Amino acid sequence: MPERMSERGNPSALHTVPPIALRRRITDHVMTGVAVLTVVLVLVPLFAIFAYLVYRGVGSINWAFLTQTPKPVGEAGGGMANAIVGSAFILALASVLGVPVGVGAGIYLAEFGRNRFGDVIRFTADVLNGVPSIVIGIVAYSIVVLSQKHFSALAGGVALAIMMIPTITRTTEEMLLLVPQALREAAYGLGIPRWRTTISITLRTATSGVITGIMLAFARVAGETAPLLFTAFGNQFWNLRPNQPTAALPLQIFNYAISPYDEWHRQAWAGALVLIVLIVTAVAAVRFAVRRGTFGAA
Amino acid sequence: MAFPALPRPDMPAPQPIEATKVSDLGGAGRQAAPLLRGASGETGDQVFKFAMLLCGLAVLAMLALIVYELVLRSGPSWHAFGFKFFAGHDWDPVNERFGALPFVYGTLVSSFLALLIAVPLAVGVAVFTTEMCPAALRGPLSFFVELLAAIPSVVYGLWAIFVLVPILSNYVQPFLSRTLGWTGLFVGPPYGISMLAAGIILAIMIVPIISSITREVLLVVPQQQREAALALGATRWEMIRIAVLRNARAGIMGGIILGLGRALGETMAVTMVIGNRPEIAKSLFAPGYTMASVLANEFSEATGDVYLSALIEIGLALFLVTIMVNALARLLVWTVTRGQPSRANA
Repeated sequence: MPERMSERGNPSALHTVPPIALRRRITDHVMTGVAVLTVVLVLVPLFAIFAYLVYRGVGSINWAFLTQTPKPVGEAGGGMANAIVGSAFILALASVLGVPVGVGAGIYLAEFGRNRFGDVIRFTADVLNGVPSIVIGIVAYSIVVLSQKHFSALAGGVALAIMMIPTITRTTEEMLLLVPQALREAAYGLGIPRWRTTISITLRTATSGVITGIMLAFARVAGETAPLLFTAFGNQFWNLRPNQPTAALPLQIFNYAISPYDEWHRQAWAGALVLIVLIVTAVAAVRFAVRRGTFGAA
Repeated sequence: MAFPALPRPDMPAPQPIEATKVSDLGGAGRQAAPLLRGASGETGDQVFKFAMLLCGLAVLAMLALIVYELVLRSGPSWHAFGFKFFAGHDWDPVNERFGALPFVYGTLVSSFLALLIAVPLAVGVAVFTTEMCPAALRGPLSFFVELLAAIPSVVYGLWAIFVLVPILSNYVQPFLSRTLGWTGLFVGPPYGISMLAAGIILAIMIVPIISSITREVLLVVPQQQREAALALGATRWEMIRIAVLRNARAGIMGGIILGLGRALGETMAVTMVIGNRPEIAKSLFAPGYTMASVLANEFSEATGDVYLSALIEIGLALFLVTIMVNALARLLVWTVTRGQPSRANA
């Protein structure tokens, strides 16, 4: 081995521990350098995206953008107010549908699902997490849109709910498992029935963690565009009826971004900034909760 | 790292492991419970358990529903074209002749291109954050990388159209065609909008997934392995290579496959930069089309049962591939982290 040769020839062999051969030390430094380089290469696009987003977005956001509906092509001004509200509406529908089911499934897994059947559900939830969002859009289309005969906010809500449920299920389960068994036993010992224990003791104790999980799922679907393309579809006007096509912020950004008009590009950037501010706020809140130690395993 | 002692104001201090484990000994705690419960709790318990079971079943039902709808509605296309659907080049809605090969090709090429770029970066970042970086940097660094995962696909697309594509067409593509043009992979007019652009933006999007799984897996490598390697005189890199990366191989592979799953199904950003032309070209400068983007572009405008059904069949194929890819990845990650739930997709 060449290393050993060079060690033997090394005059500084006075150390009690033989010094590490030069070539190995160089390799070590080179690999450390490579690792640092990968970090830089990954962070550059991140900062580039945020910097450009702020640069283009801040200049384009104004009062009209936040309060008006889109103007026809060629007219300056107008905004995405209906899309912002539409997104909130669709997300509210999705949460109403998805949160109870997700939390319920999480409770089932944590409290009754320590068995083979629980593993099946757990695995299904993990796999569902990886289903492409556009495929979920197709399913929501064929379930809701085809039966209603037109695009609707409800269809968009169903699509996003299907995407939220697996995430909520898994985080709720995790959070409930962090609650010490002794707490449950104390409740049983007081003669409290199991269902009451789960709701008033276990779930209550894990509340902040469960809410964090819901927020995480919410943030994840808030920026989704693909499943809304042929469910909520988009709308140039105000709409708050669940059975009508509805504008959504990501959809509007997409349509404006691929359009040939500068004015629309400008608004797409403004929309993207608004969207990302909303999502990053949610993620930062999650992160804050992790710091406080309510979120468990890293 | 699974169950750390979590100081929380609203929760009693964590019990010592031995104390909480008592209940798990043959389920002694659970068996004792019915004796203590009065008759009043019995019905409530059963109703509650049933309701929660329904929620759990809903998760299974969703997957079943997805399969059912996709299979049912892709029927007409399946009957019309059979297996030839995935071998045909033509995509001609007017004459109702459909072949999905260009889309399959575009999806595979863009995803593998993304992996080629993303895997070294992601593994490097994970190794740096777990093994090399000062403890003070660890938190912020992983926060930034996770932030990358929080950016919506459509925003990536927007940035790619207005920043990445011009950079590619003005600098990167001319450079590549000068230096590597002889390979045939980098020839043609440098429009920017191309398979290459799709691969790069996908790579940026899947780095956080791969690196967070890799980090998770590296963290469960026992500390003794590292110490043993160092004690034998290994340098830090040798320790990482021998003791850490080798032990974590299966899990890292799982992370990579999970990233592949995400890349295969990614829709918006790709649709915005790939050019959307159903062609098979060797050059990465040529436009392409993916399975997900053809759905995004044509689904809401599809007229005619066969057209719609052909698109849904593409969706079914995409679904099946990503399901298999994800199941494989989950199994690999589970074997390493022993079923501790991962949060990479969140």
